[in-house]
Amino acid sequence: MTPPVDDRTQLLDALWACQKRHGYIRDEDVASLADALAVSKIEIEGVVSFYHFLHRQPTGDFTVYLDNSIVSECKGFARVKQAFEHATGSAFGRTPVSRRFGLFETACIGLSDQQPAALINFYPFTNLNTLKVKQIVAALERGEPASSLCDEVANNIRFAPGGGKAIFLRDYEPGRAVRKLVGQDPQAIIDEVGRAQVRGMGGAFFPTAIKWASCRQVANSPKYVVCNADEGEPGTFKDRVLLNKYPGLVLEGMIIAAYAVGASAGIVYLRAEYQWLKHKVEAAITDLRRRKLLGTAIAGIAGFDFDIRIQLGAGAYVCGEETALLNSLEGKRGEPRTKYFYPTEKGFLDQPTVVNNVETCCAVARVLELGADHFLRTGTTKSPGTKLLSISGDCRKPGIYEVEWGTSIHEVLALCGANAPHYIQVSGPSGECVSLREADRRLALDDLRCGGSFMIFDHTRDILGILRNFTEFFKHESCGVCTPCRAGNFLVQRKLTMIGSRLARASDFSDLHNWGKVIGATSRCGLGVSATNSLRLAIERFPEYFKSRIIPDDNVTHFDLEAAVKAHEEFR
Amino acid sequence: MTEEVTLTIDGREIRATPGDNLVKVARAHDINIPSLCYFEHLDQPLGTCRVCMCNVDGRIVPACMQRVHAGMEVAFETPKLSDMRHAVLEMMFAEGNHVCPACPKSGDCDLQRLGYEMEVRTVRFPHLFKDRYIDLNAKRTVVDTNRCVKCARCVEEVRTDDGKQVYSFCNRGNETVVAIDYEQEARLTDAQARKAMRVCPTGAIIVRGEPSWTRPFGDRRYDLHPIRGPETLVRRKKTKATPNKRDKKTVATISLAGCYGCHMSMLDTDLGLIDRVDIIEFNKSPLNDIKEFTKRCDLGIIEGGVCNSDNVEVLKEFRRQCDVLVCIGECAVWGGVPALRNTIPLRECLEETYLHCESVEPGQGVVPFDDDLPKLLDRVYACNEIVKIDHYIPGCPPNADIIWKSVANILWDEDNSILYSDFKYD
Repeated sequence: MTPPVDDRTQLLDALWACQKRHGYIRDEDVASLADALAVSKIEIEGVVSFYHFLHRQPTGDFTVYLDNSIVSECKGFARVKQAFEHATGSAFGRTPVSRRFGLFETACIGLSDQQPAALINFYPFTNLNTLKVKQIVAALERGEPASSLCDEVANNIRFAPGGGKAIFLRDYEPGRAVRKLVGQDPQAIIDEVGRAQVRGMGGAFFPTAIKWASCRQVANSPKYVVCNADEGEPGTFKDRVLLNKYPGLVLEGMIIAAYAVGASAGIVYLRAEYQWLKHKVEAAITDLRRRKLLGTAIAGIAGFDFDIRIQLGAGAYVCGEETALLNSLEGKRGEPRTKYFYPTEKGFLDQPTVVNNVETCCAVARVLELGADHFLRTGTTKSPGTKLLSISGDCRKPGIYEVEWGTSIHEVLALCGANAPHYIQVSGPSGECVSLREADRRLALDDLRCGGSFMIFDHTRDILGILRNFTEFFKHESCGVCTPCRAGNFLVQRKLTMIGSRLARASDFSDLHNWGKVIGATSRCGLGVSATNSLRLAIERFPEYFKSRIIPDDNVTHFDLEAAVKAHEEFR
Repeated sequence: MTEEVTLTIDGREIRATPGDNLVKVARAHDINIPSLCYFEHLDQPLGTCRVCMCNVDGRIVPACMQRVHAGMEVAFETPKLSDMRHAVLEMMFAEGNHVCPACPKSGDCDLQRLGYEMEVRTVRFPHLFKDRYIDLNAKRTVVDTNRCVKCARCVEEVRTDDGKQVYSFCNRGNETVVAIDYEQEARLTDAQARKAMRVCPTGAIIVRGEPSWTRPFGDRRYDLHPIRGPETLVRRKKTKATPNKRDKKTVATISLAGCYGCHMSMLDTDLGLIDRVDIIEFNKSPLNDIKEFTKRCDLGIIEGGVCNSDNVEVLKEFRRQCDVLVCIGECAVWGGVPALRNTIPLRECLEETYLHCESVEPGQGVVPFDDDLPKLLDRVYACNEIVKIDHYIPGCPPNADIIWKSVANILWDEDNSILYSDFKYD
């Protein structure tokens, strides 16, 4: 039975229901959904094929999604992958013959502090090794459910600034923030958020108050508040911890946003990788409703009606881009929209919409709770407040760190016990890489911006290997709509694969640098714009490494004749 | 009627209605901002092809996304922007499998037209040769994903009478394809099917049984209505590698994985060849049958791509023996006709040819292999994937005049302006 749908916004949920019930989406599901929504079947196929957790082929009783991000790669991805294949008799990426175990690789699942990690039937399994994989597979075969076998995911909260300066990582009491709305004018709320200089913590750092103000002044209603919990940037997991530890705080931030802009409905867009957290968010919603902080006349404010629901994503990094997220919410392919209209003008269902990241929601809730002055007392003058870092890679204490803006790279490295760091990736693959030469730089808006991901690599990690992993990721996660991102990332990936870890001509690296510039300048959304950042910066910031990879230019390219004739040699 | 405002494009003052699309405004003033996805009637432009990059008020943005306003300053013809637009266009050629001579839209194709208009001689990226399919299952149209540039025009524009989408993007990243809904497609009216073919800027959507689209050279849409005047000149830029002194030069030529068609074209200058013998001395070349280099040469002319181990050796030898290397013809430039096998694994090609082909008696076939024979490469490579190439003369074949003009330009820095109408190499 295909679940009934009334409108397009329910499509993703319906597809999820089919996927879970049958292990894949059957032809009859596609047909009946197309029928119910009065669209062509190909439109449904287009949606299904966009998201990598939705399948049109059976995926088996147990679906294993093994994280193939760079941190996982460093911590033993290859061994664990092999262990899964040996233990289950299935091969990665293929429809399982036995219909028991379907093995798939997936991009970062937000568990970089406990890699290698996998999702089995979407329950988290962390710190995997060969032995553990064997035991898990055997237990599943015995009929033990994944829900009881899975690991308790540690929050790994490691550091918060002392002296009561912490903003995020401090105690939370439901309603403390929202009750401050009583008797306040919405504009006053926006002004206070503006005074605290809260910016979008997802990585774009757009001033939240400006976003809210522009949504507030649009006359159309209903308006929507969307919480972007599609934390897909490899290496980041701060939103996971916030949703796990402070789900109520996140929701309170949404309620405050709704009050400020005049919205009546809120949606948490939760990435599919975090569906094991869904019940926590649901419980928090129920709790707030019980406390009359959600629903009608919130906190006793007459006429302030607002409620929140959760929308589960289905596997697509690009849906973290706010306009792609809106398309996804509408049950469409998660292709970013053009910037012809801003979401605050035409967002969800073409209505004014505010999209805020999980951390931003928490920040605004704390602004009300602690006051803007508290923010202004921390951090630097130009970037007041604190930032949550998700630290992973080659360090003794991976986990969540709340640091004041203005903290230097050196200080962060010392805090987390980094062992002989060499290459540091700030803000994930789409961010920038930093060498120890830049370690005096500070995390600040006017210096080094950090969206949250902070990955540390020591001397034993090959830089080209890291960059190949990133390029592979972007090639796979590009939405495919604009030429430079779709074709360009593929071209870069081909070239990096061709170079491999061998020597290359100087022109190969200058080509990559130039192509990267073009892709960055011409792409349609942030994904393409930033996809080649790390590659370009690595070439600039690790000159010794790249110099050591260069062979003298004799006008002959590095051509591997032996490899090229191998296919023919097989006929010997 | 709204008051008109003034904007500048490359310093030229233009009056336009505020809010109008920049591409439309520029085109109305004979400034042809290239685009493959722009449609005048779409209020929310698709913005997919990214060929229309301009600098607007200091920011590099696609022109199709800009609404004109008073005092807008647009830069269009700058070397940096032009290079950027070229790069994006070249990506499309590298990404797809575009074979103009085999395409019924040749001459009617916007992508091909842009290639000419922007004087693309070669593509800076290696061709991807990804195996893409031709969907022959639909009733009214054929979709060839090899030629698709994913502009989304058909996805947005082609609908059945009840508004259902006929084409949709499927998959994502470089696996993105335009897929057909067979059921809805069968319901298209003749006019709607033709529209589907018309909105496609390449030959990716072809209506079945419409021979009227294929017209002889000279009568095709862009032959009759070229964007640039046929009398405008196409100039070759001078490069530093060019030797300058006017004296007798030594030239070597070779045909690798080619058909000798380019060599035939070189001979096609009739008596002109006699004049050239005074100023050019041929060394190793099929034209004089000299098999080995006897001296260092000023110029090496390469026809054909690289398909076997012998080609690799010969090409490297040319690089060592010649000061300047020039590729002539499509095969040398990117692989050309022999490279059509590149999307198919070599094993399958050989088995089909020697084992499973209808002309082979069952059980009798054998795939030839001998250590004395050159080994086939896994795919056909463009010459610049093996050695550095200095110049490219595209065409299939390039005509004799263009070849010799270009050679004279490279060797003696002579003027190499050719008419735009001659600058066609499909």
